[in-house]
Amino acid sequence: MDRYKAGVISYKKMGYWEPDYVPKETDVLALFRITPQEGVDPEEAAAAVAGESSTATWTVVWTDRLTACEVYRAKAYRIDPVPGSPGQYFAYIAYDLDLFEPGSIANLTASIIGNVFGFKAIKALRLEDMRIPVAYLKTFQGPATGIVVERERLDKFGRPLLGATTKPKLGLSARNYGRVVYEALKGGLDFVKDDENINSQPFMHWRDRFLNCMEAVNKASAATGEVKGHYLNVTAATMEDMYERAEFARELGSVIVMIDLVIGYTAIQSMAKWARKNDMILHLHRAGNSTYARQKNHGMSFRVICKWMRMAGVDHLHAGTVVGKLEGDPHMIKGFYDTLRERHTPASLENGLFFDQDWASLNKVMPVASGGIHAGQMHQLIHYLGEDVVLQFGGGTIGHPMGIQAGATANRVALEAMILARNEGRDLWNEGPQILEAAARWCAPLRAALDTWKDVSFNYASTDTADFVPTATVSA
Amino acid sequence: MITQGQFSFLPPLSDAQIAAQVGYALKNGWALSVEHTDDPHPRNTYWEMHGMPMFDLKDPAGILMQIEDCRSTFPDHYVRVIAFDSTRGWEAPRMSFIVNRPKEEPLLRLERQEAQGRILRYTVR
Repeated sequence: MDRYKAGVISYKKMGYWEPDYVPKETDVLALFRITPQEGVDPEEAAAAVAGESSTATWTVVWTDRLTACEVYRAKAYRIDPVPGSPGQYFAYIAYDLDLFEPGSIANLTASIIGNVFGFKAIKALRLEDMRIPVAYLKTFQGPATGIVVERERLDKFGRPLLGATTKPKLGLSARNYGRVVYEALKGGLDFVKDDENINSQPFMHWRDRFLNCMEAVNKASAATGEVKGHYLNVTAATMEDMYERAEFARELGSVIVMIDLVIGYTAIQSMAKWARKNDMILHLHRAGNSTYARQKNHGMSFRVICKWMRMAGVDHLHAGTVVGKLEGDPHMIKGFYDTLRERHTPASLENGLFFDQDWASLNKVMPVASGGIHAGQMHQLIHYLGEDVVLQFGGGTIGHPMGIQAGATANRVALEAMILARNEGRDLWNEGPQILEAAARWCAPLRAALDTWKDVSFNYASTDTADFVPTATVSA
Repeated sequence: MITQGQFSFLPPLSDAQIAAQVGYALKNGWALSVEHTDDPHPRNTYWEMHGMPMFDLKDPAGILMQIEDCRSTFPDHYVRVIAFDSTRGWEAPRMSFIVNRPKEEPLLRLERQEAQGRILRYTVR
């Protein structure tokens, strides 16, 4: 048996390249974009990725023969050149379900993105997509609340929710901070939000922020008869601190708490379990994701983060605006939103979805659109993002020339006018500006918002785009 | 003013506008229902049903009649229209909007009770 002779043989020879392999329904599938070093055979590079993300080490070990090693070896089973990107390849890799601990994002990711991204034989590597089998999904709790129950708890149906991030994000005292929250909620927003880096700083300690925000939330709720909320950011240095803050938020009657992606997958899963147990909506800010999600040749796609976070159990996730100030190609964003909201997402190469994915009745995650959006874009936002989304107008509320309440009212009126028109069958994409103009004739705050921000747009080319252009084809 | 529902920030909807919204719900296969209350507390989930959800009524005019019947029976109540979606994965309301308000809307008051430390217990009345 040459296979087990001591020494170094290629990963292909070790059994990590199996072009005839037919993936099982229960396999975890991963699609990597591989850029091999000069002179490295792409099949060998794919086999190496499969090997290093499953059972292999750099040399032959006889102890493999004590195991059912054929099962535990990940199999690279297909490789395609990336269209329009010479030297890059899409490699499909299948992993047996028993390689992973049930219900653990940390364990899944320790294999899939654990060692392999630093591997010398490849220049760059990107995890583009994954197919999570139903059998594995069923070991995860999923979103603590989900879109359906969130809407029922808030008594808000048939329109996007409206939010804003308190600005300036750093420096306000707790009393002044709560003022912004009250004005925005009373003016018509559903939610106000702490920013990702508001935790407990010298200018405002967390308990003071929580107390003042909840005064603002309850006062606005009484003034409007609506359920209102403020995402209290419980992100902290340790789990013990986060639980303490979350419990205080619960004690004060908050409907929602917030965490940042930087706390890590395990902490996110812990907070999701806490949120399910305490009837709390869990908002996740994707702080840090662009360090690895934006560049196409290395890192991982945000759609994989969307999948992992739906499994981990968050209720809200920032997933792009298309029209705002942050990265967002319309096709890529559609792939993210579908991943968060649909029961089943079919493969769709132009939207970056490489696999059919059945979500096995895991709750839906509410996507959040935030960053450089304003009332004048309402028709475009609804066109691209639909109605199950939180639209967050931070500057677009607080920066309004007539004040924060007026800013909030402008956004709410623009939203309701646009939903009314959509339901009446009007063409939002083409008639949107007229619909806004008509509402601005009787709503002075909307008039002022449109005049202030009419020329603002962020038209930069996207970095993270599809590799496949949609073309008209006759389906077989 | 109570701003619950999808369209509370717009001027009151005309019957033609209500009919268009009803038409949208019917086009989606949703069942419409009419409910009323004199207690618009934000946590008052179960308003009184003015009849059952109209699962088999597919004509906006008929649904408008039911809305009108509720409004004329309870002119000083809040009346809302809800659209129920029975599709798997939703099975929940998909629309909710107010179509009648009392002439004088009640003011909700916020009551505060001091608890330990700086904590306040809030009740909306």
